[in-house]
Amino acid sequence: MECVFGLVGNGFAIVVADTSAVHSILVHKSNEDKIMLLDSHKLIAASGEPGDRVQFTEYIQKNVALYQFRNGIPLTTPAAANFTRGELATALRKNPYFVNVLLAGYDKETGPSLYYIDYIATMHKVDKGAFGYGSYFSLAMMDRHYHSGMTVEEAIDLVDKCIMEIRSRLVVAPPNFVIKIVDKEGARQHAWRESVKDAPVPAA
Amino acid sequence: MSIFEYNGSALVAMVGKNCFAIASDRRLGVQLQTIATDFQRISKIHDKLFIGLSGLATDAQTLYQRLVFRHKLYQLREERDMKPETFASLVSALLYEKRFGPYFCQPVIAGLGDGDKPFICTMDSIGAKELAKDFVVAGTASESLYGACESMFKPDMEAEELFETISQALLSSVDRDCLSGWGGHVYVVTPTEVKERILKGRMD
Repeated sequence: MECVFGLVGNGFAIVVADTSAVHSILVHKSNEDKIMLLDSHKLIAASGEPGDRVQFTEYIQKNVALYQFRNGIPLTTPAAANFTRGELATALRKNPYFVNVLLAGYDKETGPSLYYIDYIATMHKVDKGAFGYGSYFSLAMMDRHYHSGMTVEEAIDLVDKCIMEIRSRLVVAPPNFVIKIVDKEGARQHAWRESVKDAPVPAA
Repeated sequence: MSIFEYNGSALVAMVGKNCFAIASDRRLGVQLQTIATDFQRISKIHDKLFIGLSGLATDAQTLYQRLVFRHKLYQLREERDMKPETFASLVSALLYEKRFGPYFCQPVIAGLGDGDKPFICTMDSIGAKELAKDFVVAGTASESLYGACESMFKPDMEAEELFETISQALLSSVDRDCLSGWGGHVYVVTPTEVKERILKGRMD
């Protein structure tokens, strides 16, 4: 089952997602990147129905880019989060997206922020958040060890603790995770945590 | 599992002597899991009008945005703030518009009307208004709240005593409801000032 979690530290926000693409009992691939770069300083980690996940996050990404083209300035993280919530809310009673989203961003004026957006468009600004069965373990781990103003090393240490907990206690634990970070330098991939390596695809 | 009990909430409003108080709990949950302990359920429409929205959080957020929109338009056209009685009728109309696909919310409206006379009302999810002279309650803890308010309420309480009464009623009721709690948020409004206070109760 998909595990997505994230937390806010001192001048940065981290989001972690598992990387398994699963169809019933079959694992299609174990290196599926579920954290998309919305723009230079925003990350969107999504979990849920696979088709909806890709379609919805790409739709949000392209609209965030469109805003920047039209207006010459990028959207702030709260604005992007509210836009995402609005799209989910509008679709909710017509053609709902089954996608849960953790939106992390860094704004120059306000610093890092993390938004928890449910698939039924419940939005809340949080310091730590998680979705999926893994949330029962990662939220508990974060409740115990999180404090505001953590350094990157402390945060990665906490992330590793959460991943270890998920790996050891969740029955269908995903083997691999991707960690992405966003700070004033921008949004980028930080690390992978792999316990199963996919065979590389031979070039055509 | 009722859709009204998906997120968990507790709301109460009480009338005092030329003042009113409106209070809510602070938990945002997804069924059994607690997502946040600082969720704002009460919002200001204008200095003498507050609305609390219990029930499904996504609908509460959508409905609040629609109401702020309508009130801002009203302010532009009428060049004044809406009276609480008018606002209650607006909320009722908006809810009944969706009679066969409703917003899963129960609003609690509290305001100071003409001559700073306190006004409170609640309604069900399809806009059936319930005007009361003493107190109104909503949310998953509503049954406990009815009992607590009925026994603790006295007419014509001053602001400080009203604050004490509404706080005790809220905290004792949410302690009997697993889906609401994690503290309280109380607004006491007099013609001259708005006092916002956070309560620390049983943090579970």
